[in-house]
Amino acid sequence: MSALAHAGPAGGAPAGDTPPQERQGRSWLPYLLLVPGALWLLVFFVVPLVQLFSVSLQSQFPGYPGYYYRDVNFSNYLSALTDFAPQFGRSLLFAGLATFFAFCLAYPLAYAMAFKAGRWRNIMLIAVIAPFFTSFILRTVAWRQILADEGPVASTLNALHLLPGGHITETWAAVVAGLTYNFLPFMVLPIYASLERADHRVIEAGGDLYANGFTTFRTVTLPMSMPGVLAGTLLTFIPAAGDYVNADLLGADNTKMVGNVIESQFFKVLGGFPVAAALSFTLMALILAMVFVYVRRFGTEELV
Amino acid sequence: MIRWLTNRFAIIVAVLVLLYLFLPVAYTFVFSFNNYRKSNIVWNPEGSPTLKHWKDPCGAPGVCDALVTSLQIGVIATVVATVLGTLLAFALVRHQFRGRAASNVLVFVPMATPEIVLGASLLTIFVQGFSRVGLGLGFWTITIAHIMFCISFVVVTVKARLQSLDPRMEEAAQDLYAGPGATFWRVTFPLVLPGIVGAALLSFSLSFDDFIITNFVSGNETTFPKFVYVSYLRGIPAQANVIGFSMFVLALALVIIGQVVGNARRSSK
Repeated sequence: MSALAHAGPAGGAPAGDTPPQERQGRSWLPYLLLVPGALWLLVFFVVPLVQLFSVSLQSQFPGYPGYYYRDVNFSNYLSALTDFAPQFGRSLLFAGLATFFAFCLAYPLAYAMAFKAGRWRNIMLIAVIAPFFTSFILRTVAWRQILADEGPVASTLNALHLLPGGHITETWAAVVAGLTYNFLPFMVLPIYASLERADHRVIEAGGDLYANGFTTFRTVTLPMSMPGVLAGTLLTFIPAAGDYVNADLLGADNTKMVGNVIESQFFKVLGGFPVAAALSFTLMALILAMVFVYVRRFGTEELV
Repeated sequence: MIRWLTNRFAIIVAVLVLLYLFLPVAYTFVFSFNNYRKSNIVWNPEGSPTLKHWKDPCGAPGVCDALVTSLQIGVIATVVATVLGTLLAFALVRHQFRGRAASNVLVFVPMATPEIVLGASLLTIFVQGFSRVGLGLGFWTITIAHIMFCISFVVVTVKARLQSLDPRMEEAAQDLYAGPGATFWRVTFPLVLPGIVGAALLSFSLSFDDFIITNFVSGNETTFPKFVYVSYLRGIPAQANVIGFSMFVLALALVIIGQVVGNARRSSK
């Protein structure tokens, strides 16, 4: 979502971090501004994460299902990763596929917005964000209707005998399609922001130097938009990997993702808390590692 | 020739992708006129299209209660998160202090954390920690969670606005003998205000549409997205489509008005 803020009509931030201005003689003022928000994040973000980690190491009281005691029980992680390896792998695979397809759809759109749209640019920008104003769940249910067996897509493909199983819903394809759709704007906006910020004269120079359109694109435009592409990749992959709504509404039992397991271990399995916490923590660690590599490479400016 | 094709190619794909983005919204709209029997999944040709759901948007049990809950949580979360986040953004952009780098990380990491992990961690702390001090799952735990994830987005939005300000404006005010208070309230704050308003709108839409985190910390409380999700198995009433589409039109109108006002201001300068 940060991409929305990032590329919003209010105008992007300058690329460099402007040096903060020193206010002398009022050294308490920054802390006064900082403390309320920072305290909220500490108490309701950091402390819960510590608690999640502690739960992931808890053990069950023998004979009292649903009651736990404090422990250092790493077997929760072992069972999380062995029992639910397929769902974990599927999350990474589906999120990866959705990110790839989102990139394929988002790049031409962002490119057209940055270079071809002219005075339609702001309208297109609003159009990219606007579908978000309809509830995410309602839109996913609408996809269920569109892709259903009696819906337009499946019935057309079936009439042409192009659909081997006869269904789109309840398959991995529907889940990937849903994920691609739901997180597409997160890919469009950062790519658009980086293309818009790119110096158009450099691209014209490519043409002046007798590069054809494709060569200019490959050697000049694409590299210049790479920070946006990478930011979009993270912003699409992260929510897609943790999502369970698409797998739930569009998929079947054999397309469940790690989010579905976490949800059902917390709410439907008595005594599932430690394993669910271990799964959540593993997912978080994996994603933070990805983000860390990104930040080391590009800094946080492109993301936030 | 190739360039001509690639030019057209980008535009054609762009239009197709935009249509694809709007397709489910169109479905939501069309099915709000469906005279459905049990479940609003299949179009019923008999008696459709009908305006009866638009005439009686609260006709389905629970739908308006859920809407009111979502609006209340959205307003409270927006106000609190916008105030806390704006203060934080001012601290981070305008001041150099010990712990500034750590604070930047503290703001950034919640946005990089999958929602399900935020929801799960809040659930564990609410159930195993804060419930002992009388904070059970419900309205207030949802509100607390929404404030938490909105703060980072407010900080990012306001920060971007603050960083793009021309420092000469404030210098000019000081040259004209405005004190720090007058400079802030008459120059800095009005210039940052569009960013703050944008941050508030973003917070509200994030809060109003949140499902995953809400589902973890809501207990028996039902917000609008949760209402839609829970009633999916029994059949979503068309009233949900009416409300969902109306929110879409309302938000779109606000954004367009914002654009027009912004343009008018820019051209009047």
